[in-house]
Amino acid sequence: MPMAGLVLVVAFVLLALLGPLVTGDPAAQDYLATLAPPSGAHPMGTDDLGRDAFARIAHGAQVSLQAGVLSTLLAMVVGIPIGLVAGFYRRWLDPIVMRLVDVTLAFPFLVFAVGLAAIIGPSLKGVVLALGFSQLPAIIRITRGEVLAVREMDYVAAAIADGAGDGHIIFRYVLPNCASPLIVQATVAIPAAIIGEATLSFLGLGVQPPTPSWGVMLTTAQQYLSDAPWLAIWPGLMIALATLGFNLLGDGLRDVLDPRSHR
Amino acid sequence: MILRIDNLVKHYGPVRAVDGLSLEIGEGEVLGLVGESGSGKSTVGKCVLRLTEPTAGTIELGGRDITHLSRRAMRPLRRDVHMVFQDPFSSLNPRFTIERIVAEPLLRHKVTDRREVAGRVAAMLEKVGLRQEMRKRFPHELSGGQRQRVGLARALILEPKLVVADEPVSALDVSVQASVLNLITDLQRDMGFSCLFITHDLSVVEFLADRIAVMYLGKIVESGPTAEIFAGPRHPYTQALLSAAPVADPARQRERRRIVLGGDVPSPMDPPSGCRFHTRCPLAYDECRTSEPLLNDPRGSGHPAACHLVTADRVPDAAK
Repeated sequence: MPMAGLVLVVAFVLLALLGPLVTGDPAAQDYLATLAPPSGAHPMGTDDLGRDAFARIAHGAQVSLQAGVLSTLLAMVVGIPIGLVAGFYRRWLDPIVMRLVDVTLAFPFLVFAVGLAAIIGPSLKGVVLALGFSQLPAIIRITRGEVLAVREMDYVAAAIADGAGDGHIIFRYVLPNCASPLIVQATVAIPAAIIGEATLSFLGLGVQPPTPSWGVMLTTAQQYLSDAPWLAIWPGLMIALATLGFNLLGDGLRDVLDPRSHR
Repeated sequence: MILRIDNLVKHYGPVRAVDGLSLEIGEGEVLGLVGESGSGKSTVGKCVLRLTEPTAGTIELGGRDITHLSRRAMRPLRRDVHMVFQDPFSSLNPRFTIERIVAEPLLRHKVTDRREVAGRVAAMLEKVGLRQEMRKRFPHELSGGQRQRVGLARALILEPKLVVADEPVSALDVSVQASVLNLITDLQRDMGFSCLFITHDLSVVEFLADRIAVMYLGKIVESGPTAEIFAGPRHPYTQALLSAAPVADPARQRERRRIVLGGDVPSPMDPPSGCRFHTRCPLAYDECRTSEPLLNDPRGSGHPAACHLVTADRVPDAAK
């Protein structure tokens, strides 16, 4: 199954990288074929403006994957060090970090996204920042919780007895043993961020038309659900498959990184 | 003296885990520190390795006061002392191979020449009776006994002067216990390190320890040479502990009188007044409830006990 996940994710990356080269301009309109069902000329059909759905799916893959991967990466890069330090050193830092996390959790995601869009304008950058920020509390919490458990293990005490310094203990003992739940979190967060991007774009806070994204496509498709259901099916299917792919890949990655799982 | 602990106190909040404990371990000496769970014996071990901060008292390692050394200042001294942990499942980093685990102390003390490290690890693994093909394995692939041998190898690879062994066999199957105990005995004779051997099981240290110290609620109640403790325990608590261990002779076992202690160990958050053992001691009388007996050795025989009833010409007998 992990291989299936890898195949799916690689397929999406290829679609995002190579698809646009094959399909041409996603904004090109074919006025003779609006809301056309899938055919030889338009393998996924066309939308209300006669734009090729396949071209838009391929270009949208770029936006969706970027939003998903970049925002998760951002949250990890910022959140894991914070969680590590707060959980490992405790003292005065830990309560401060945790209260800040509580504040962040209490802050409505959409309000924050609206504010951010107002400041830097609705764009992919804004989407990545908003989604990354909204993932941050979960990452910090998970990291800190794992660190709290791992630092009490005897092998950490043994590392101190070995004469190891804090840096060595954190990076060679604590972090590797906290990795599994973080990888799982990432594989859940990436598809969630893809959906989050769709949500923000749907509300006009994300990627702006005519740039295609799966979320934007779903928004349009909603109005033509009974006349042209394929318009909703394709982006919906893509989101579902991307979610499945990342989840399966995450399972596999966790197994590969954990020596306990292979004989 | 390799290790000298003087009046060590360690409180975890209101819990008085160790409450004024002194002991000494000489060069090449094995001291068995015996006590029930909750008596504070593991805390003593952790304090010696500075894995936890002592509340008060002093700890001297090889004549040097290490009680308040910083982590950094302590690091070079860690060559001289290491620890074997109780739980063989949580004491080895699951992400490291056996070879790496055993090599870590070397690497942390700037022994980095690859060939030297590999050679010393291989020699150490052989000493603890692990086959060379174990080197590339991960801890989860080993049995409890094998893991404990890895823990021993890690503790001994720098040839420390002192090894703190915290219940190193109590998590193992009885059949494996004996072989690991024999291994520790052999290694100790061979390498000559001093050892603070912490256990709840007197019979485990009978053939290993030179001296025994019995702990109860954060204090030592009796200490002395192993043979003397076993032949003539002075403190009623030690007498009760010894009477609880079966003798491998049915005829004698049947005749023995067991001292059954009532109740539980009192809470270390609120230790009893006077003698800490008075709530469970069959011989307790008024003075025990009010005044705390100090370790005394009326015969000067290096076998002190903390009991009012121990005098120059009299030793209490809790079995009566």
